[in-house]
Amino acid sequence: MTFYQVLIFVAFFALWEIAVRALGIKPVILPAPSMIFEDIWRNRVLLLTNTWPTFLAISLGFLYAIACGAVIAVGIAFSRVVREVTYPFLVVAQVLPKIAFAPLFLIWFGFGLTPKIVIAALIAFFPIVINMAKGLTSVDAELLQYMDSLGATPREKFFKINLPWALPYIFAALKISITLAIVGAVVGEFVAAGEGLGYVINSANISLDTELMFAAILVLSVLGVLLFLVIVLLEYLAMRKSQSHMEGATATM
Amino acid sequence: MAQAPSIAIEDLTVTYRTRHQSVTALNKVSFDIPARSFMTIVGPSGCGKTTLLKVLSGVLAPSGGQVKFDGRPIDRKALVGQVGYVFQRPLLLPWRTALDNVKLTLEITRKSMSPADRDAEARHWLEVAGLKGFEDRYPHELSGGMQQRVSISRALAFRPQVLLMDEPFAALDEITRETLQAELLKLWSKIETTVVFITHSIPEAVLLSEKITVMSARPARILEEIDVPFERPRTEALREHPQFVGIASHIRHLLRGSEPAAAH
Repeated sequence: MTFYQVLIFVAFFALWEIAVRALGIKPVILPAPSMIFEDIWRNRVLLLTNTWPTFLAISLGFLYAIACGAVIAVGIAFSRVVREVTYPFLVVAQVLPKIAFAPLFLIWFGFGLTPKIVIAALIAFFPIVINMAKGLTSVDAELLQYMDSLGATPREKFFKINLPWALPYIFAALKISITLAIVGAVVGEFVAAGEGLGYVINSANISLDTELMFAAILVLSVLGVLLFLVIVLLEYLAMRKSQSHMEGATATM
Repeated sequence: MAQAPSIAIEDLTVTYRTRHQSVTALNKVSFDIPARSFMTIVGPSGCGKTTLLKVLSGVLAPSGGQVKFDGRPIDRKALVGQVGYVFQRPLLLPWRTALDNVKLTLEITRKSMSPADRDAEARHWLEVAGLKGFEDRYPHELSGGMQQRVSISRALAFRPQVLLMDEPFAALDEITRETLQAELLKLWSKIETTVVFITHSIPEAVLLSEKITVMSARPARILEEIDVPFERPRTEALREHPQFVGIASHIRHLLRGSEPAAAH
């Protein structure tokens, strides 16, 4: 992060602080940053203990999304049958608001971690499927034909050519998916959990403890940014040498 | 298959089926390529030259006719791992260094070689191609001409019987092109291989090859097979030689005469 970017954040909070005081906005509507920071400190144990279940739900949901997404992406990329069978379902499922299914998952999976993981995984897996399939299939056909003429096995072609080629596409998708997994986990906590930052936000909202609500939101934001940075770091380690050859990768909700 | 075989193409026919019709890319095409020779195919765009190369590399099965190496009909299985290919675009893997790109063909076709041997072989070909010191560069750090040299090294690294080149220098500027033509002849002199080269550049064809096959527009037929009698090694000075100019001129007239909308 550059110095100027940090400065912008500081300026944003400063302006917020000034605006709240100057306009006399009630804390229950919009608390000032100073009050939020104080609340974070006061409730630090509560927030910390609730961060763990949320982190767990996000990470597990994300990992399941990757596992399922990767399997389906490989299927779509290399099998016409799989592509033609799954594509219509994918398109429909992509369009449906998965969040609306959260209460249903409560009925199916009960309270606790499971429904949160399911929702997070369900929302997060689409960009992975789409981008990875696109990446795997966008390898130059002539190059693959050449590999065939050399006697390359399907496994060799996949690991030496298709998969490395797809990496930029995959990482682009991962960056979007992690944010979606966070949304999924938090929504899951609104509906079906007795713990977690989403639960804290929801309870605070109900009892009009707006400061606590913002405090939890802020902690959640920090968690989200840290997870995003982990992906950025992995991307850097995996692809620092080669320039990105990705073109036209898409990502969707 | 012996090293650098002769290639006989007999009544080769390739037909594509598209949704609306069937397209005949090659129609009973026949010609010979002597063993260990450099043979260039010259012809208008779309006449089926690339299709021919694809049949020779085993990627495409012909609809009719056959290809014989050293007098024996070959099937696609026999071609596996025996044919090197250089495209117009380098098609290097961006995440591999120049050295690792050259090693790719060795990894696939010479699995019995030890990694150390493969490394040495790859380095050798890069050095011969004039890229010593650039082994650890990535493709995006290399110029177009250098990338194409890596591509050629990659194709030669496993010492194929046959080398196929599809307009490999077409995307390069004139000066780089002439440099690479000389490099290619130098590389070829170090290895026993039969070369089938496609180009639109008539001077390039005459400079590089023993034999030139001139093809017409689609459906392609052989207009003429021309022998280029100059001794090797061939030098730049040859371009000015009256016989050189004569052959080039003859080919030009052949092609003009066969253009679909030819004006005389």
